[in-house]
Amino acid sequence: MLLEQSPPVSADTPIPITLTINGQRRELQVAPWTTLLDLLRERLDLTGTKKGCDHGQCGACTVLVDGTRVNACLALAVMKDGAEITTVEGLAGLGERKGSNALHPIQEAFIEHDAFQCGYCTPGQLCSSVGLMNEGHAKSRDEIREAMSGNLCRCGAYTNIVDAIEDVMHGGAR
Amino acid sequence: MTKQISPAAGLDRHVGSARSRVDGPAKVTGLAKYAGEFAAPDLVHGYIVTSTIARGRITAIDSSAAEAVPGVIKVLTHENREKTAEKAKAYADMVAPPGTPLRPLHDANVLFSGQPVALVLAEDFETARHAAALVRVRYAAEAPETDLAALLPKAYDPPVKRDGIKPPPKAWGDADTAFGAAPIRVEREYRIADEHHNPMEPHASTVVVEPDGTYTVYDKIQGVANSLMYLQGAFGLKDDEVRVLNPYFGGGFGGGLRPQFQLFLAMLAARDLKRSVRVTLARDQMWSFTYRPGYIQTVTLGADEGGALQALKHHVVHGTSRYEDYQENGVNWSGVLYGCDNVTLSYNLVQRDTATPGDMRAPGAVSGMFGLESAMDELAYATGQDPIALRLVNYTDRDPVEDKPFGSKALKACFAQGAERFGWSRRDPKPRSMRDGRELVGWGVATGIWEALMMPSSVRAVLTSDGKLELGNSTGDLGTGTYTILTQIGADALGLPMEDVTTKLGDTKLAEAPVAGGSWTAASSGTAAMKACRNIASQVFVLARGMENSPLANVDFERVVFTGGRIAVAGEPERGVSITEAMRAGGFDRIEATEKAGPDTDFAKQYECYTHSAIFAEVKVDEELGQVRVTRVVSAIAAGKILNPKTARSQIVGATVMGIGSALHEESMLDHRLGRYMNRNFGEYHVPAHADIHDLDVIFVEEEDKANPLGVKGVGEIGIVGTAAAIANAVFHATGKRVRELPITVDKLL
Repeated sequence: MLLEQSPPVSADTPIPITLTINGQRRELQVAPWTTLLDLLRERLDLTGTKKGCDHGQCGACTVLVDGTRVNACLALAVMKDGAEITTVEGLAGLGERKGSNALHPIQEAFIEHDAFQCGYCTPGQLCSSVGLMNEGHAKSRDEIREAMSGNLCRCGAYTNIVDAIEDVMHGGAR
Repeated sequence: MTKQISPAAGLDRHVGSARSRVDGPAKVTGLAKYAGEFAAPDLVHGYIVTSTIARGRITAIDSSAAEAVPGVIKVLTHENREKTAEKAKAYADMVAPPGTPLRPLHDANVLFSGQPVALVLAEDFETARHAAALVRVRYAAEAPETDLAALLPKAYDPPVKRDGIKPPPKAWGDADTAFGAAPIRVEREYRIADEHHNPMEPHASTVVVEPDGTYTVYDKIQGVANSLMYLQGAFGLKDDEVRVLNPYFGGGFGGGLRPQFQLFLAMLAARDLKRSVRVTLARDQMWSFTYRPGYIQTVTLGADEGGALQALKHHVVHGTSRYEDYQENGVNWSGVLYGCDNVTLSYNLVQRDTATPGDMRAPGAVSGMFGLESAMDELAYATGQDPIALRLVNYTDRDPVEDKPFGSKALKACFAQGAERFGWSRRDPKPRSMRDGRELVGWGVATGIWEALMMPSSVRAVLTSDGKLELGNSTGDLGTGTYTILTQIGADALGLPMEDVTTKLGDTKLAEAPVAGGSWTAASSGTAAMKACRNIASQVFVLARGMENSPLANVDFERVVFTGGRIAVAGEPERGVSITEAMRAGGFDRIEATEKAGPDTDFAKQYECYTHSAIFAEVKVDEELGQVRVTRVVSAIAAGKILNPKTARSQIVGATVMGIGSALHEESMLDHRLGRYMNRNFGEYHVPAHADIHDLDVIFVEEEDKANPLGVKGVGEIGIVGTAAAIANAVFHATGKRVRELPITVDKLL
């Protein structure tokens, strides 16, 4: 089909998409100019995913899209049609923990290592940590630091975050 | 003087022990809601249009294109908005400096670049943002003045002093003559750049219009009482018309002490539309208000050959706005830290066309101590002494300004323990003498100091007959750990597990407390919490003693302990009754107590209260690229009793990270032709990232301090003071280059 045969779509004309968010399939009408981040926060009341800069510079909005970490502020929701999204609200239900209320090991490790203070960058740090472990590239502390550098923490919990990730990566929390 | 009472009459369990944050589960699951995340039916989204000039007048605002966008409800400007309080004084908040506070959308005058000039209100966020870009504002612009160095001739002594900030003390001795006569002399200018707080959570306010016409407001603020006062002043609202909450707070560092313009605008819009409104700042708009003002300062040190100070002068100039004289303690530290007979301290402001600067983590101490502690390092090299030895030569056990002893000052122990942990004795003092491959290695040290303050605070405690305790007041937990330490204090005071204690904060319906700042919250709210819990304990004890055949019948309150949910005779755990039984027997479902705590004036008459630190930093500098890495920091901290070593350590580590930012990265750059900060994003305003932070080590040197019953001095700021100087001193040791202007960027080393 040629492009010009499609009906004209403006930035605020909703188009239908399907997303699986934290295991739940959702049929949505989303305007093309709506980011994945604003969809989550403003439309679906999933405010766990944070908006720190809206420019992809701080990482507070990091979510998992098909298991890969993504800045939700830089992704238009319509581009993710058909994708599986995991936000901080759904971390606990990942993998074999499906259906249980127990925290994900990385969430437990963050609490144990005091890897946050104000908590605003935390959902992004958590999702980014899981994404990093899925990637399987970073092993040493230096590599973890490098690969987590897209997630800023103004409270300065960095050393504790790396401790928490190492803990989970090398044998589970505690 | 305050009587020393232990929270649990001798049975410390949680207080003083490492405990995980009680708000941890909410924060790692995304359930913790921040000011801009509360939902309301029919919510309107506001987007602020800010001025593009720094000085002048608005001549016309054309909102027609914005208003024509479907979904736009209204555009508020100074021309069409509801009249609010006319007098500027009505807009003064609890911590406002002297002057005329900003009145958003008040008139056509533009006082700084980034000032709000319109608020676009729309049915959804995207529409509001889009329409905001369509608002056309025309200005009659005047040439702005923002260059601190160029404005130095206009520096002045602020005529009205800011509440709570001591002006520099009167000079003593004759510093000029003594300096002239001193064999060793250091006189240098030091500069630090403007820095913006940039908490991860942008400022936001959600004003919910309740069905009865009252307002429930969620505001990003370090103490909801301040927002309440501001709203009441500006809008003439009565006590029962507005409630302000902020249970979770995404980082403040002082940037959330004063209510900001988004609060005013959200309330203005909610009243206009009679609908709930949310206004959140975009990241670039976080450069439109408070910042740490850059300094141009001169430190003058004269010493004898042994390094003993004979003359000390410290002069600071920093910027403020056209409309408020912001003041901080920039130079007084220099009079308190070292013993010297000839001291002159002075502090001036310069008016610039910027927003009013404000308190940013250890305001004044970060900037002023960078100057003093850099100069002390220069003096150490000038006298050929070890920098720690020089500091010990000039050590003082009395505050020279007030001529009083310190309540406690374990700074010598900080030097000793820090040096030991860091390996300081292995340092070759010669610059460029240490190397690791292609990198030069440098080790530097500096001292930190901050006031140990208390502010009047109340806490209300409620014990119910199911054995659950609730504590609460209106102050905020900024990520500092206040929820957790108050819970620990309550648990110990009544012998309950922490799971049975709930702490509520950030709600004007709770007991009144000040803004959280100045490192005073643990001492102030902590003491009030303990007093309230002890009050409840004594009430429960009376019930327990009055029970039929009570095992406590002839026992004094001083002899019982609260443990495991029971009141028992000390040393005789079997001889007691449970709290639940005692309350039921007495016919009480709940017992309440509200107690207030404040500074101990008797203690303050005799002693001065400060926290101290010794900061050791290691840097590695790439000789060819000039890149600096801070590879190790050891912070030895003397801050009285540590309530929770886990969360307190995080305070110090976090402050160290911000200190590294101050030393190496952070600089808000003004284009003086436009009077506008140019690098208003995280790509160009660098804050430390994961890769910048290596090994950070914290030592708490505990002190016995009697300023308050908990022995607490506060840990929020002390970790950042001295950090930048320690790093700059390490850079000198590594490279032989003395960088006297922060941040130490590559260009300054090549």
